[in-house]
Amino acid sequence: MDSTIIGGWIAAGLTLFMFSSLYKDNPFYRFGEHLYLGLSVGYVILKVIYANIIGGLYKPLFEDHQYLLIIPTILGLSLYTRFFPKIAWISRITFAFIVGYGSGLTIPRIIAGGIFQQIEKVITPLGKNGAAWWDIFSGIIIVIGVASVLIYFFFSVEHKGIINKISRVGIYFVMIAFGASFGYTVMARMSLLIGRSYDLIEFATPKYYYASIVLLVLIVLILILYETMRKKEEGSENNA
Amino acid sequence: MHKARTLIILLSALLLVAIPVVAQDKAQLTPPEGFTAFDTPNDIGNSISLVWRASASNQEGVNYIVYAAPSETGPWIEQTRVLSTLGYKSDAPQYFGLAKENESWHFCEITGIKKDINDENPLPVTATTYFKLSVSNGIDIIEFPGIVSAAPAGNWFDTSKLNVLIFVSIFSILILYFISLARKNPNLFIRHIPGLDAIEETIGRATEMGRPILYLNGLLDMSSLSTIASTSILGKVARKVANYDSQIMVPCYDPIVMSVCQEVVKESYAEAGRPDAFKEDNIFFITNDQFAYAAAVDGIIMRHKPAANLFMGYYYAESLLIAETGVATGAMQIAGTDAITQLPFFITTCDYTLMGEELYAASAYLSREPLQLGSLKGQDYSKGFIILVLIIGTIASTAGSAFFINLFRTF
Repeated sequence: MDSTIIGGWIAAGLTLFMFSSLYKDNPFYRFGEHLYLGLSVGYVILKVIYANIIGGLYKPLFEDHQYLLIIPTILGLSLYTRFFPKIAWISRITFAFIVGYGSGLTIPRIIAGGIFQQIEKVITPLGKNGAAWWDIFSGIIIVIGVASVLIYFFFSVEHKGIINKISRVGIYFVMIAFGASFGYTVMARMSLLIGRSYDLIEFATPKYYYASIVLLVLIVLILILYETMRKKEEGSENNA
Repeated sequence: MHKARTLIILLSALLLVAIPVVAQDKAQLTPPEGFTAFDTPNDIGNSISLVWRASASNQEGVNYIVYAAPSETGPWIEQTRVLSTLGYKSDAPQYFGLAKENESWHFCEITGIKKDINDENPLPVTATTYFKLSVSNGIDIIEFPGIVSAAPAGNWFDTSKLNVLIFVSIFSILILYFISLARKNPNLFIRHIPGLDAIEETIGRATEMGRPILYLNGLLDMSSLSTIASTSILGKVARKVANYDSQIMVPCYDPIVMSVCQEVVKESYAEAGRPDAFKEDNIFFITNDQFAYAAAVDGIIMRHKPAANLFMGYYYAESLLIAETGVATGAMQIAGTDAITQLPFFITTCDYTLMGEELYAASAYLSREPLQLGSLKGQDYSKGFIILVLIIGTIASTAGSAFFINLFRTF
């Protein structure tokens, strides 16, 4: 049998196993879940060994003689000292290094990209000569929106009186933004579902010997049998 | 015969018109002035900048031609052509600022040297290089009288980011000041956060139902602020769980986060006077593959049916998969994340959601840690400053001043 057809049967079966959770927790879903989990852990371990240890350390160090790599190796290994309480302090050096360079790279980028660019875009002129009323209106809305949302996230004052009213306005702006984001992402998820459905439809063709249909029928029959037996067992246990 | 005469007259007329046009172009072609080469500022030392004053002959069809050579004697190879109507210093404010006069100076950045005119893989500029400039209208070429040279050098400081440095310094000073204040007085005021009251409610509910509480830390490691805040909240939650004699399960995405969580929960149980009730196996590592983790957590939710699910930390696309399964099992759910893209999903599927900074605020509110408290206070004042800048800046820019826009310009 062609390996593509075997692959199609496996893909269709595992997709149906995962979808079976829509019914409830069952042995098919559990099998799919544990297989996925085992594969992912195995894959990550192999990836670390080949990409990081062999490709990133062994070859450059012993074949290309890049001896500077000894420093990050020591820093990396020192993280494991956390498992030995007496020398656990050594790992702090590495953590300090990670936090230090991470902050150095991230903070200026966030200030520049997240704060400065936003401010620059918000404080544009509300209306130049001949500007449409709509541009002026949207400019005002943006300023009010940003300021009120910032006030909502102000924790040093109690949200009472005018502050409460402004923060309420802020939360409306936040919710409108979240609504748009939600709709956008749901559409993306729908396209993923359509993608899987297309695959299942393809696996249901004669080319794959009707894999999706055969497996679906089998899964449903086995689940019915499983549930019947489980209920019987529960019933006999209750009677006992 | 008549036709031939007409043709001759027409051709003569065309010549009479065309000759002055070509002559005019030749007359307008003036050599460029102020040609200078220098190391490009604010870079890592991989380019040389060339500038020259815009010539009076600038018009469509006129190009500046840049030649380079490794020495003054050549060989001179054409490197690039700059259209006379484009390529001004004002196009590179990150190097030359926002001065008005930049609009009358041409600028060309040389990052590689061609070996011949058609070379598609120029060599990086590393040593002193010599440059010549000429201007051409497609017919004539006039050379700039002189050769300039420069060598590239890396810069330690990027002056175009000076404004960022100033604001980071101001914000840092503010935060450090409030941290020192919080050390003296840990009762600095932080407003009440509604989602926090619900945590106690969920623990009570779980105890009554005899089911565990599921607590997730998100998908980031211990260097992430949201994970730090999450473990801090976990400590408080675990203490309450120990007091109520309930159970808490913490499936982890990161092994280091797992070991930190084990320590935090163990400590909380000890603080509550119930060290015997602590079960290390309840805080476990699953995998650091995103969707395998989501599948495993979904399985745990479906099998153990926790009475309450607490999702604190940073999440990605798995957020909805996990939270939706929680809803299906009827669990009470509280989420807290600074992942803006995932907040809509938590808001729609959870009973309470701590949005963005509320997660840090909750952590500071519960722990009263001077570091977190001071940071939160410092950030609050920074936000106040930003609101002020927004209002004043908008008024100023509407009135015609570009001061604030330029102040926050980033390159």
